[in-house]
Amino acid sequence: MNNEQGRKERLDRGIKVRTDGLYAIMSLRELCYLTVPRLVLIVGLLILPLVMPSMYWQRVISIVCIYAFLALGFDFLAHFVGLVCLGGAFFIGVGGYLAAILNTSFGFPPLVTIPIATLLGGAICTLLLLPCLPLRGVYFAIVTLMYPLVLMRIIEALNILGGTDGIMGVASFANRWIEQYFVILMVLLFLFGLRRLVNLDIGLVFRAVKDNDQAVRASGMNISFYKAIAVFVASALGCLGGACLVHIYMWSGISLFALDFSILPIAATVIGGAGTVVGPVLGCFILVPISELLRAFGTLRIVFYCLILVAFIVFRSEGIMVYGQRKYHQFERWVKI
Amino acid sequence: MNNQPILEVQEATKSFGGIVAVNRVSLDVHDGEILGIIGPNGSGKTTLINCVTGFIKMTSGKVLFRGRDISGKPPHKIADMGITRTFQIMRPYYSLPCYKNLVIPLFSPRAKRTGGWRGGGKLGDRDTVGIDILEEIGFERDSFVPYKIASSLPTGYLKRLELARCLALKPEIIICDEIFSGLSMSEIASMVPLIERLQMDGITLIMIEHRLRELFRVANRVMVLNFGEKVIEGSPEEVMADDKVKEVYFGSEEVEEVMSHA
Repeated sequence: MNNEQGRKERLDRGIKVRTDGLYAIMSLRELCYLTVPRLVLIVGLLILPLVMPSMYWQRVISIVCIYAFLALGFDFLAHFVGLVCLGGAFFIGVGGYLAAILNTSFGFPPLVTIPIATLLGGAICTLLLLPCLPLRGVYFAIVTLMYPLVLMRIIEALNILGGTDGIMGVASFANRWIEQYFVILMVLLFLFGLRRLVNLDIGLVFRAVKDNDQAVRASGMNISFYKAIAVFVASALGCLGGACLVHIYMWSGISLFALDFSILPIAATVIGGAGTVVGPVLGCFILVPISELLRAFGTLRIVFYCLILVAFIVFRSEGIMVYGQRKYHQFERWVKI
Repeated sequence: MNNQPILEVQEATKSFGGIVAVNRVSLDVHDGEILGIIGPNGSGKTTLINCVTGFIKMTSGKVLFRGRDISGKPPHKIADMGITRTFQIMRPYYSLPCYKNLVIPLFSPRAKRTGGWRGGGKLGDRDTVGIDILEEIGFERDSFVPYKIASSLPTGYLKRLELARCLALKPEIIICDEIFSGLSMSEIASMVPLIERLQMDGITLIMIEHRLRELFRVANRVMVLNFGEKVIEGSPEEVMADDKVKEVYFGSEEVEEVMSHA
């Protein structure tokens, strides 16, 4: 009797393990447990422009989304492919200038220039970064950090593409509602898209490249090819941000290559929770508005900003999302099955 | 047995600066054979197979696979042809569960070609195929083990996982770099039939080993390396009887023990 029970338990255990990834939706409560966090995020983002008090803050939301693109790209490259990318400014610049040129020289409307700038920009960035993809270590980070500086000085020195004045007279979005909902929907699309991607089979290959590139090579796969795909995804995201930014500001200049675009997404990733994909977006929604709020302090702004960053890193170094997810999953014990 | 060797290494030489790690080593392996490579630490065994599998570039020499020159090709191309290897220091994907570890080789071009594992269909998706391979290699299907994160596994399972990664590619040659080292006697005892079965399935094996007794049980031929040079090559009995080998392994108790059994 006892023996038989033990045997049954062993069999059940196997079944339980194999069905671990499956969710049996059994009650409204469990349904809520799974969907509410996602719905809060989606609905929250969608009503955000409506509750903003002024046009100034609505504009801030758009800028937050631009940073969110970069942070998503950074998190994807750093935590799922193992490439540390400091080239946010590079992607923004390439995407921005492409969109500006397509708009002013060829007269394409924003809804045409943005997809073209995204794909073409992603391809250009990937091509330029291709030589350092077979290397391991810090080289990728150094090269991505270098490119925006190079492009900025080239534009400045050769006085091409409007030189230091930049390209003016870029068309804006039809109105500010289209502008905001376009960037917000894009953030949501790429957020859930990337989450899906990293759990597909090809996403597992990316994660394997991060874990152990030699073993991937021994499995008969060209790691440079897979790294190139990943870099294309991340740089296309950045270029999308750049293209949107240019149409929001109606101007494209060398400030697109500013270091902010490289550094702030990294800070947002650290604060939001690395490797969670949604964390970096959350980080952007915390960091960028804080930096706007702190304008009241004038020159002391950066000091307070740094203090907040340090506080986050000391007290919640794992990131808000990692902490939040852990706490949330502890609720599961309360649900009766 | 076919006369043309499946893998032929001609005068492979690799020098790191002034140190010659592998010095004009030639070998040939025939279809379905198990070739053992032994030698003291630092004798160039791993360097030799790193050269064969393309992980490091040879200074000079040639590697022929079924008569085709594969020297100088990148490792993924060589693995794509069917020459797979395990690593001496196990290299699983630590953050993934075991069966997900096999999704990566099953995603490779070779597995898509040889296995028809595109996902879906009657063979099931890659997860299912991965679990099947794991079961074949000695993971208990109805236990937790295949579903555990690879970083939490003991050495014995990791060694098997290395082999499973090779098997997922449906290889023609598996090069095992010290697959027995670090295992307990009972683990080795359960590993030996596995090796024998791989041979019966028609896979050619090259095994680098320090565990001579187990190696001599399975190997058809054994090659001895010392200071990067080939000392002798022959059947296990010939190698055991050779004086030069005793000299190479002078003082090593295990060899003395094995020799005395011979």
